[in-house]
Order: sequence, then C-alpha cells, then structure tokens
Amino acid sequence: MNLYEALRMAANGLLANRTRSALTMLGILIGVTAVILLVAVGNGASVQINNQVQSLGANVIYVYPANARGSGGVSQGFGTAQSLTQADVDALNTRQQDPDVVAAIPIAQSGGQITYGNQNYFAPTTGTTPAFPQVRNYQVAEGSFFTDDDVTARHRVVVLGQTVVDNLFAGTDPIGQTIKISRQSFRVIGVFAQKGGSGLGSQDNVVVAPITAVWAYLTGARGKVISQIVASASSAGTVTQAETEITTILLNRHQISDPTQADFQLQSQQDILNQATSIATALTLVLGAIAGISLVVGGIGIMNIMLVTVTERTREIGIRKAIGARRRDILVQFLIEAMVLSGLGGALGIALGALLAMEAPKIPAIASSSFPTPVVSPTSVVLAFCVSVAIGLFFGIYPANRAARLHPIEALRYE
Amino acid sequence: MITLEGVTKTYRMGRIEVPALQGIDLYIGRGDFVAIMGASGSGKSTLMNIIGCLDVPTSGRYILDDTDVARLADDQLARIRNKKIGFVFQSYNLIPRTTALHNVEMPLIYAGEGGRSARAREALVSVGLADRVNHQPTELSGGQQQRAAIARALVTNPAILLADEPTGNLDTNSSVEIMRLLTRLNAEQSRTIVLITHEQDIARFASRVVELRDGRIVRDERSAA
Repeated sequence: MNLYEALRMAANGLLANRTRSALTMLGILIGVTAVILLVAVGNGASVQINNQVQSLGANVIYVYPANARGSGGVSQGFGTAQSLTQADVDALNTRQQDPDVVAAIPIAQSGGQITYGNQNYFAPTTGTTPAFPQVRNYQVAEGSFFTDDDVTARHRVVVLGQTVVDNLFAGTDPIGQTIKISRQSFRVIGVFAQKGGSGLGSQDNVVVAPITAVWAYLTGARGKVISQIVASASSAGTVTQAETEITTILLNRHQISDPTQADFQLQSQQDILNQATSIATALTLVLGAIAGISLVVGGIGIMNIMLVTVTERTREIGIRKAIGARRRDILVQFLIEAMVLSGLGGALGIALGALLAMEAPKIPAIASSSFPTPVVSPTSVVLAFCVSVAIGLFFGIYPANRAARLHPIEALRYE
Repeated sequence: MITLEGVTKTYRMGRIEVPALQGIDLYIGRGDFVAIMGASGSGKSTLMNIIGCLDVPTSGRYILDDTDVARLADDQLARIRNKKIGFVFQSYNLIPRTTALHNVEMPLIYAGEGGRSARAREALVSVGLADRVNHQPTELSGGQQQRAAIARALVTNPAILLADEPTGNLDTNSSVEIMRLLTRLNAEQSRTIVLITHEQDIARFASRVVELRDGRIVRDERSAA
C-alpha cells in the first residue's frame, strides 16, 4: 500500500464524518494558534528589548555611585553619596590610562514641570556636557547641540527629544522658543532625531541642558551632584577592557585599595542586554509551555475520536482484513488518519496564529500601547507543524493499534 | 487443491469447551462447485472461516495449494486470503462511501499490484456492472451490491470463491441472477466455488452437496445435474 492510497483512504475516512473531523481538528488548531501567537509575542518582546538596548548604544558603560556608606559603616542616607565628581570625568577623558574609553560625560538629573505658552508637560531634565550626543548615540535633527562655552557660561539652553516637542509645540517650530523648567526660562537650540523604543523609558522623552545650568538653576540646594557618569568604549568588543580601565582609574582616584569596597559601580549596556534577553527567553518559554498544554489537550481529543472511529468502523476493518489487509496496513491507515487530522489542524493553526500576529498591532487598543509587535519566527512555524503531526502520531498509535489487532471474524460479525 | 484432514475446532466459552467441528475430512478439487449445507449450529460457519483462512483449526491439517495453512501467523493468513480466496458475504460487506470501482480495487491495493483501475473495471464488466462503476454502495440495489462484491472477490484471480449465504438478503429474482452468475463463472472460467447455504433451492445450483450436522459431515454427494 503506497502513500497515495493511504492518504486517499484517510481523506475518505475523515470526510465521512465532516463535523466530527472539523471539531477534532479545532482542538489542535486552537493549540497551535496559541503556541504561534504566544511565542510570537515573546519573540516580539525580545526583539523590542534588544532594539531598545542597542539604541542606547551597545558600547555604553554607566558608572553609578555605590549605596551611600560612611567611613565607619554608618549609612548616610539616600542622596548623600557624592562619590563621583567632575574631576573623575576629566580623568576618564584624558585617555592616558584608558585607551579604550572614547569619551565620558557627567549626568545630573532634575525633574520638573516644563511649560510653553499654555502647554505643560513633565520630563526629566538631564544636565551634561557637549559629548552627550556622541556618547549616548543621539543625532541632532534641527538646530545644534550646546558647546563648551555654553557649559562654562551656564547658558540656559536646552535640546529636546521628539516626544517633548510633540507634547509642547503643536506644529510650531521649537527652535529659538523659550520654555520654562521649574519656572526658569530656557531657550530651545536644538531637537534630537527620533530614536524610538519604549518600555524601559522612552529615549525621546528627554530635555538636555548644560550641566552647569542645571546645577545653578534647577538642582538648587542639592549642589553639584553627579548622579552618574556615562562612558563610551571604542566599540562593543572593547567594553570589558574599558570597564577594567575605568575601575582602575576610579579606585586610584578615590584611594580605595579593596575593589569590593568601591564607592561606585559599573553597568554596561551588555549587562542590561543579557539580563533583558534572559528574561525575554524565559517569558517565551513560559508562554510556549502554557500554549503547549492546550496542544496536549487537542491530542487527547484526537485519541478520543480515533477510538470512537475505530469502534464505529469495526466492520469495515473486518472486511479489509478478510480481503487481505495485514495488521500494518490497518495500523498505517488509522495512523495516517490521525496525522492528517492533527497536521491539517496544525497547518490551519499556524496560518491563523500568523494572521493574528500580523493583524494584532493594527487593533487601536494595542497599537496605542507599548505592547510589543509579535514576531513569528520560521523556527516556531516549522516546529509547531512537526509537533502537531507528532501529536497525531503519538495519540493515534493506541487507537490504530487497537484497530490493527482486531480479529477478522469478530470484526466482521460486529453490528 | 483444498484438503482438510481431521480438522477440529473447539471454542472456549469461559470454562466450557464447545466443539464446533469434530474431525472433518474433505477434498475439493479445482473447478468444483460445492454447496456446504447444514442447520444453524451445525458448524458450517466455522468450516467456512477455516477454509477462508480467517481462522485456524484447533487440530488437523488444512492444505491449500500445497501450503499447510493450519499453523500460519496472522499476517501470513492475510496474504493467503488476499491472493487465494475471494469472499462473498451474505450482507455484501462493501466498504461504505466508496465507489464500486474503488471497492473492487481494494484487494489489489493490499496486494500492491499495478494496473488496478483497469483490472477492477474488467471484473465489474464481467459481473454485468459496467454502468455502475462509479456508484457508491448506497446507490446500488442488493443484487448489484452482491455483484460488486463478487467482482471484488474475483479481481485477484483467487483459487477459491467462498460464498457465505450470498443470496440470504436477496429476493428470489436477484437470488437466481446471482446463482446464475456463480454457475457461469464456474462453467466458463472453471472457478472453484464453495457455497455455504441452508436453502435446498440454492444448493441445487451446485454440482456437489456436503451436509454438516453437529460438526461432522453426514452427507457428501454429487448432484445428478
């Protein structure tokens, strides 16, 4: 008996009971749809996180003050740790001991209400130095970034991210306009190109000003605090060397001999990426496993229906045996029937899952949220199809074997 | 070419052993047309199952075309049924929702032989069903279904045609037609036919009548016709 005949017999058997075949198939279809869709969502999240971290710059290293700690081990409370200074930044920028560090910038953060005309908006204001666009990988789309002179002279100028522009300036050109941050006037001299990304905090929701101006007009009593130093390595591949160099310089400068007692900590974009990727992978696995349960349920449905089919067609099996079908022929016939059922259900499920994954971002509620765009991977498609056929095989074996072992005389007598 | 020597068959129903056949010796030659008669419970169905290789005897020998089939395994019996035996059942036993042509092709599919469609068509023509080739069983009359079943039995060119009450479900006219067809196949193609029946009228078509009672042969004679 060749494959064509076997498939023809299977099709015949399945078409004989269309409603039942369709309902059984539905079980697998729903399971596969769920697997495809949920894995696509997991993949989408993974891709989103990846893009976002990449947009921050894969060669970026962050230096934070360690948790505040007094000389006697007495905690000095939050905000008092001022272990990072402008002198640290300057030392990192000499590039004598750190050839792999291209540039380092200080960051001073300030929150504050921003107003323009009758519009108001909330965005963090970042005080920094002119190397900011280079280090953080920003492009200035309009106007220009501030210069060293602006920093020295504490000029109240700002460069805005696209989100801030959209929220404050409905259509008007922001360049040259004056906005107020915490009631202090700042002149807009530039706008960054859109970076995209969301979730970890939008890259476009930024207001950047000279660090001296932020200290003088916004942070007030807190003084010249540097909340972090951002350094960029010459490439993604030299991040590890750059981290070592930065650690050495800062330990020397802070006169700390025991690295475990360091009053600062480093985090590279790679660290963040690794963490994020492992979270996304775990998410995909969990989602896939949950969807997999429904596939098993679908498989049990197939087994159930195949058992009913075998009982119903006992007489047919008897006839086939009488005219010369061997055990193997009967076994193959019912196995193929189960596999066609599950394989077809799987194929339709893949189609439906992929369709939903493609159409989902067009639903307004999803489009407006930061929900990741599902990404259907070819691997998950091939895998889902193979698994659904395998489910037909696995759950079909018991019923098919039962059919194959029927005794011809008893099967022929069956009413 | 069919030789049964001391064939017995005992069924076990719980603890009780029920003897169905108690020592059958029977020889059927090529081209014979034998009617096996007997009341229900006489053992004729059991004998048919053994001759048809659907079952094996408890003891004794059954030689079919030089092969002792009494000790063969399931799949080997299936092979023999496929190649050497053509079954015609009382209730036709065509596979539902399958055309007459595909039904007749079925034994060839299991035999793995080629030219199926042409051979099946030929067999259907020989039983007078040329115009019903693509009809499903439900679209055929009882007589036509039985003709299709006979075509299916003939298509592998088997050594014996085994007909178990082939007219049991048919009216008198159709019965006579089917018996004429069997007689013609026996006369023109020298088909060996073993007919199981309990009706004298039907047995008359055969050239030899074997009567069973309580699992033993009580009569074996050639009819004068």
